[in-house]
Amino acid sequence: MDDFFILLVSTLDATIRVAAPLVLAALAGLYAERSGVIDIGLEGKMLAAAFAAAATSFVMNSAWAGLLAGISISVILALIHGFACITHKGNQVVSGVAINILVAGLTVTLGIAWFAQGGQTPSLTNDARFSPLLWPGAEAVKDIPFIGGLYTEIISGHNLLVYIAYLAVPLTWWVVYRTRFGLRLRAVGENPAAVDTAGISVTALRYQAMICCGFLCGIAGTYLSTAQNAGFVKNMTAGQGFIALAAMIFGKWKPVPAMMACLLFGFLDAVANRIQGVSMPLVGEIPVQLIQALPYILTVILLAGFIGKAVAPKASGIPYVKER
Amino acid sequence: MTGSNGGIPRWVDVGLIPLINILMAFFVSGLIILLIGEDPIEAVGILLYGAFGTDYGIGYTLYYTTNFIFTGLAVAVAFHAGLFNIGGEGQAYIGGLGVGLVLLSLDSSLPLILLVPISILASALFGAAWAYIPAYLQAYRGSHIVITTIMFNFIASALMVYLLVNVLIQPGQMSPQSREFADTSWLPFMHEVFAWFGMSITRSPLNLSIFWALICCALVWAFIWRTRWGYEIRTVGFNETAAVYAGINPKKIVILAMCVSGGLAGFVGLNEILGVHHRLLLNFQLGYGFAGIAVALMGRNHPIGIILASLLFGTLYQGGAELSFDMPKVTREMVEVVQGLVILFSGALALMIKPTVERIYVVVAAIAAGRRSTVEG
Repeated sequence: MDDFFILLVSTLDATIRVAAPLVLAALAGLYAERSGVIDIGLEGKMLAAAFAAAATSFVMNSAWAGLLAGISISVILALIHGFACITHKGNQVVSGVAINILVAGLTVTLGIAWFAQGGQTPSLTNDARFSPLLWPGAEAVKDIPFIGGLYTEIISGHNLLVYIAYLAVPLTWWVVYRTRFGLRLRAVGENPAAVDTAGISVTALRYQAMICCGFLCGIAGTYLSTAQNAGFVKNMTAGQGFIALAAMIFGKWKPVPAMMACLLFGFLDAVANRIQGVSMPLVGEIPVQLIQALPYILTVILLAGFIGKAVAPKASGIPYVKER
Repeated sequence: MTGSNGGIPRWVDVGLIPLINILMAFFVSGLIILLIGEDPIEAVGILLYGAFGTDYGIGYTLYYTTNFIFTGLAVAVAFHAGLFNIGGEGQAYIGGLGVGLVLLSLDSSLPLILLVPISILASALFGAAWAYIPAYLQAYRGSHIVITTIMFNFIASALMVYLLVNVLIQPGQMSPQSREFADTSWLPFMHEVFAWFGMSITRSPLNLSIFWALICCALVWAFIWRTRWGYEIRTVGFNETAAVYAGINPKKIVILAMCVSGGLAGFVGLNEILGVHHRLLLNFQLGYGFAGIAVALMGRNHPIGIILASLLFGTLYQGGAELSFDMPKVTREMVEVVQGLVILFSGALALMIKPTVERIYVVVAAIAAGRRSTVEG
């Protein structure tokens, strides 16, 4: 029982840490898609931010400078995406693919040119990283059964960016459903012509959404290289941007369900790492690859309409052409 | 598909504007090379020599070109139906699995002359099957094909890791790859073919698959522009509503286009597994599926354009690899940067310069007309 509890706590702890960047990126995608811009470049923006953050943290020896750099580069990429898709009405999927490929190459090219370590950044010291925050009393209650473990491991002991990620969920909910900007954001993704008729600029709204998107992806990428790891590694996002995209769809373009989907996917990942080679009762050994592929399989099943119906914002993917 | 031509002649629209777009992509690439402290002009020289200066370089260039042709055609066929097949990566992977399974079970029992057509069939079938599911879901369940094909790339990758680690791995081996096929079943390398005629060229991975790639170009051209299916695919891509009124079933066309597309992507497996590696292994398809998007965009979805664009990317791949010996800072990843920029400028920003070019053309045409009238008058 005790062993099981420890395993459970460590799995949940890992879930929260693994899901944090997914939550941020999924919310980023939510802003973009709710405004009517499909963004499959979440992956690229996260990767670029991870590199910029690690490089800047290393040079300036400050995690905060890294965060600023990560957010900046991610917002710039989001604006390039906006420039192509909103201003020039380019294909949104093509633009996203371009950003992903460009960033995958550019981060390594610049990494080699600047640090000469095969595309990695030098490892960061603790000053240049976001380190775990110990909550008051965490040490004191550590030995109390159940509650102690829960408080110390699951609630306390994460780094700042993890808390930011989970705070961004209610914040996004509030922005999307309770503010004027959010109302317009939802409207522009469903019926841009109506928003235009009301005298509100579709272009400006979509650019604002892209900035939100870039901002959140920037934090997500920074988390990967300066909090979860101690430096940038080639292609370190490894598909997390796409998992976040899947989670956003799985959460039906809503903040709280999207977070739940991220937690589910994070949990699957944490479990996959723990049951490797372990034989389960009844079913025997479950292939790790199956669990790793589950987020994608579940998303496909959901999209196919077999578990509920995922309906994208009506205008997403369609450039808005003002009638003349 | 862009509607009005704005009164500019065809050569500006299909020749000049794409050329300017590509030049912009190269220009920005040059700036990046400057940024990392190397000389872009010198880099281009080394790159071209690396790609074409030796028969070894040419061999590698054409070997890469072969893969790009397959994935470029794959993306193009889907594009003609108005579909975005971003799953070339996964379809190529599974296509390779098809070839691998055929060879692992039949390599020592059948002659090469039978194995080749069976492998071609298997790679096309497996690739098409992997594209069929997203296509079906798009056509009949309304799920977005871009998202499902992305998901299928990851599922393919997980499946292949599982199969190679647990099922197909050569017993007693640590690395996840299958046993080597019997050497009687290998698709002949080009240097071997040349040797039959008494000519000697340096060894390279270039093999007979390149001829199949060229044949595929001709077949795709005939399919898209000379068959009823191709006509229907183009009609659906151009205007789905009109297609319905013309009695075309868009659902069937979506599935047809995606299966052809997936089959073409699957041929990467032919080149890599039957032609080069002679065993099933991980990540042999890496990057070619996505590069196909750049190739198709650059080649304007036409086989001739795709051959030229594939040659360009083959050159970049091979030249880029050579370049990293002379300029350690410019690596293979720089090619990815160029690829990304090409997709950005000739794809996403394809329409950016059009209004400007139109305006300039009108002015230039007016001046030319004015001069002609003064000369005549």
